[in-house]
Amino acid sequence: MKKENKKLNSFSCTFPAKSVNEGFSRGIVSSFCSQLDPTVEELCDVKTAVSEAVTNCIVHAYKYETDERKKKIVIKGEYTENGCLKISVKDNGCGMENVEKAMEPMYTEGGEERSGMGFSIMKCFTDKLSVKSKKGAGTTVILKKYIGKANK
Amino acid sequence: MKMKTYFSEGNLIVKLDGEIDHHSIKGVREELDDIIGASRPKTMILELSGIDFMDSSGLGLVLGRYRKLSETGSEMLIKNPTRETERILKMAGVDKLIKIINQKDA
Repeated sequence: MKKENKKLNSFSCTFPAKSVNEGFSRGIVSSFCSQLDPTVEELCDVKTAVSEAVTNCIVHAYKYETDERKKKIVIKGEYTENGCLKISVKDNGCGMENVEKAMEPMYTEGGEERSGMGFSIMKCFTDKLSVKSKKGAGTTVILKKYIGKANK
Repeated sequence: MKMKTYFSEGNLIVKLDGEIDHHSIKGVREELDDIIGASRPKTMILELSGIDFMDSSGLGLVLGRYRKLSETGSEMLIKNPTRETERILKMAGVDKLIKIINQKDA
């Protein structure tokens, strides 16, 4: 293993897909990320991207699920010695049939009060975004961001 | 998030404080629409200096009210957003529809 990619820290957290936990998810990721001494802008980028991913789970992923106990979100985070922060946001919800379509700017299935900009913001505010989704089998969003300009 | 509304020189001033996300705007949207519907302001000024976090749910809130105001020929202005909030607004092209004013001492 290359020295600069050595994993320094990690966490995992599971919580109910309730909108009240949007702020909570930003809080835990923000605390975790703070160990890397991010700039205000970097921290804001990470918080916003995570908020978008978690909101998607709450608004879309479980819209057909009636069993409250199954509505869970799992956030995992890790960072490596080179300052690469990786956050994954996973649900076991309805999944997406067409990920590419869902990622188009202004596209939404959430009604006119949703802007359709969630994925665009995630893409813009991170260094790498990957989305794994299968209809009926949930979605995992993985966000990567290098924290600390000196490490870039 | 907290919302304060008042009228000044015929304009509806809406001051939001705290964090804007999908959770925090519940209720605020309906309350604001009721005020807009009842008062029919010529201009609504959305004062965002007290917002320390906003995600795309905030864009939905802003654009939804803009559409509602436009239906009756009313105008909307966004005043004093923080740097982070302004970045998201501009990324989504909101500044092309709604004028953003930065005027710290008013």
